[in-house]
Amino acid sequence: MTRRLLVVGLALVFAASYAAAQVGTQSGADKRRSGYQDMGEALQKMQDDDTANPGMLFVQLGGQLWVKATGAADKSCADCHGAAAASMKGVAVRYPAIPSGGDLPVDLGGRINLCRTEHQKVDRLPPENRDLLALAAYVAHQSRGLPIAPPEDPRLEVFRQQGAEIYRRRQGQLNLSCAICHDDNAGRKLAGIAIPEAHPTGYPIYRLEWQALGSLKRRLRNCLVGIRAEAWPLDAPEYTALELYLMERARGMKLETPAVRP
Amino acid sequence: MWVLAVLALALVGYPAAAQQVTPQINGDSIPRSLTGQPGDATRGRVIVANRSVGLCLLCHSGPIAEERFQGDLAPSFAGAGSRWSEGQLRLRIVDGSRLNADTIMPAYYRTQGLQRVARSFEGKTILSAAQVEDVVAYLVTLKD
Ligand code: HEC
Ligand code: HEC
Repeated sequence: MTRRLLVVGLALVFAASYAAAQVGTQSGADKRRSGYQDMGEALQKMQDDDTANPGMLFVQLGGQLWVKATGAADKSCADCHGAAAASMKGVAVRYPAIPSGGDLPVDLGGRINLCRTEHQKVDRLPPENRDLLALAAYVAHQSRGLPIAPPEDPRLEVFRQQGAEIYRRRQGQLNLSCAICHDDNAGRKLAGIAIPEAHPTGYPIYRLEWQALGSLKRRLRNCLVGIRAEAWPLDAPEYTALELYLMERARGMKLETPAVRP
Repeated sequence: MWVLAVLALALVGYPAAAQQVTPQINGDSIPRSLTGQPGDATRGRVIVANRSVGLCLLCHSGPIAEERFQGDLAPSFAGAGSRWSEGQLRLRIVDGSRLNADTIMPAYYRTQGLQRVARSFEGKTILSAAQVEDVVAYLVTLKD
């Protein structure tokens, strides 16, 4: 047990120093790269141009859902939160977080579902549901350009440590870890594809391969399937733990939602 | 008598997996063919080139011009047959971690010591013994 804690502790110290090293001390140069920087110019243009970015269609849909009353309470998000441009600015950059009265971290989609069940009195939306992704994209879009800023909540530490541990653990029939690809071999070519550093800067993303908007969870599942590991069920806490670790690792990088990825 | 019955059951239940052989390692090589037969270099080339069977070109590059998307996480296959003997190549494919504990190259003929393997691949080697032999036969032909 102590050994395990030590390993976890080391992983975290490593993560912190990794972030510090990447941000740079004197020079101020941040060496971390968003997936955006590793994709071709055509895709960068597509992401940058709101009229060409397919993710913006979902942001618009999210904006419609934001003002639509629903559930037994017959309330819209706007009824409680007002204009998202003001109330939701800076929210997505600090998720996952522990909701008031709760003790487990939830991601942004989980927070939206809590508002549905607690305030709107309506069912949760299932993972990867279009309306849920659209709402998450709309909320996250209000933070576009803001630096990722995980909350200083000590209760999150144990979950983040769990994420760090998963990140470094080899798994699957191919016996690889996230770290092997995204730390040790980032920038190299895996069958011709540049391996990104795995910063969760643009979620939900519009991925051309999916022809759809998708969550970070869906992206992580793709990586797990790739190494022939058993993917956790979509509601598993492991994804939130990984997201907590990845967000800490990306602290200070700018949110791009809705990002476009190949 | 029961031994035969168990064997028969095993053969019926797991046509491929039950036949997993224990490779005889000698120094840094496995001198003998896993199947007792020589492999087929032409089939081996197809396996190496195939992204969902051999997966080799995810990480490696090699003299396989029609596959445009090759990896650069690992050395090129060019000249592998000059650098290594057949037996050395066989061990590197069966289980490279015997030579380098930290290698990222998957062990193609090992089912032990893996975590959270997807159910559909559980207990299965990445390549069958015959496929390993085909790949070895192909790599041996890659002389400088
Ligand atoms: C064998 C290499 C490999 C492993 C192991 C791997 N990934 Fe990935 N990952 C990739 C590649 C390649 C891409 C992007 C290219 C693609 O598939 O489109 C990617 C994309 C990602 C992205 C998206 C980045 C962006 O810009 O949006 C995230 C996040 C990510 N991986 C996290 C993980 C995590 C967490 C794990 C472990 C559970 C993991 N990966 C395991 C190769 C890997
Ligand atoms: C996930 C990455 C990966 C995959 C997939 C992979 N390898 Fe490797 N391979 C490596 C690395 C890295 C090395 C370098 C030596 C080491 O790390 O032990 C290597 C070394 C080798 C060597 C010794 C090469 C030399 O010239 O020194 C051979 C031969 C080899 N691999 C064959 C294969 C074959 C054949 C396949 C597919 C059936 C394959 N590899 C799949 C990563 C990989």
